[in-house]
Amino acid sequence: MTLWEVFVRPRRGLSHVHAGSLHAEDAQLALRHARDLYTRRQEGVSIWVVPAGEITASSPDEKDAFFDPAGDKPYRHPTFYELPEGVRHL
Amino acid sequence: MRSLEIGDDCLVLAQRLAEWVTYAPTLEEDVALANLSLDLLGQARALLSRVGDEDELAYLREPSAFRNCLLVEQPNGDFAHTVVRHLLYSAFLFELYGGHPEDDVAAKGVKELAYHRDYAALWAVRLGKGTEESHRRMSAALETLWPFTAELFEDEPELRRPWDAYVGRVLAEAALAVPECAQRSGGRKGEHTEHLGALLSELQVLHREHVGARW
Repeated sequence: MTLWEVFVRPRRGLSHVHAGSLHAEDAQLALRHARDLYTRRQEGVSIWVVPAGEITASSPDEKDAFFDPAGDKPYRHPTFYELPEGVRHL
Repeated sequence: MRSLEIGDDCLVLAQRLAEWVTYAPTLEEDVALANLSLDLLGQARALLSRVGDEDELAYLREPSAFRNCLLVEQPNGDFAHTVVRHLLYSAFLFELYGGHPEDDVAAKGVKELAYHRDYAALWAVRLGKGTEESHRRMSAALETLWPFTAELFEDEPELRRPWDAYVGRVLAEAALAVPECAQRSGGRKGEHTEHLGALLSELQVLHREHVGARW
């Protein structure tokens, strides 16, 4: 059986978030199992299932090369702006 | 809607499905079957509460006082039997609930049953068109359970046509033929197959041995 990764969107406007994984024979059954396993308590309004083998992941060995160089570049953060008054959710 | 008959259907089928818990072929299927069972248990509680005390009705009646149809009390058998039984019954209950939008149990239940029917249909097609063995098992399950289908429509003959259309479509897609066999009935009058007694003794044993027991 194929291993599937499950992504659930909790509410309209939010992104799909990885919820877990499951085994299923095909995509249609994977979707239904995901519904039963990960949205039993109304956690979601939308589900994606993706064959785990189709995901290309970064390797822990590459962590330094991938992520460390961003550490000393604070100018990439949008922290140098004055927030106009009254703007919320930013 | 007939609260006692349909409530008993839901209770007995919920108990049957619950028998799969920890025995299902995979963990995912275990949870799926338990979910179906809990949907039906919720409907059973609401319907039986309209007739009387739900606990007394569930735990203290003899088999002959139950009014469920014979189909739902048939044993789980292999997974194919469970799939076929669920397809045949959920397609019926979906049509019944769909005809009673004014009833709160039916209005909520029709969404649950839409899922049950879809779930059973997906498996029916996969197993019917799967391997030689899965096809053989599905055919055998259909032979065993088809004799209990006419009873569903004794009180609601108008549901037969839409049920036939849906079930026929699924079976055709699953490459399964509708068997020709004599029909049995009696459940609605309390004349049950021997299987109901064993099911109820398991369902009722705790309550009968420890009256008023609480968690």
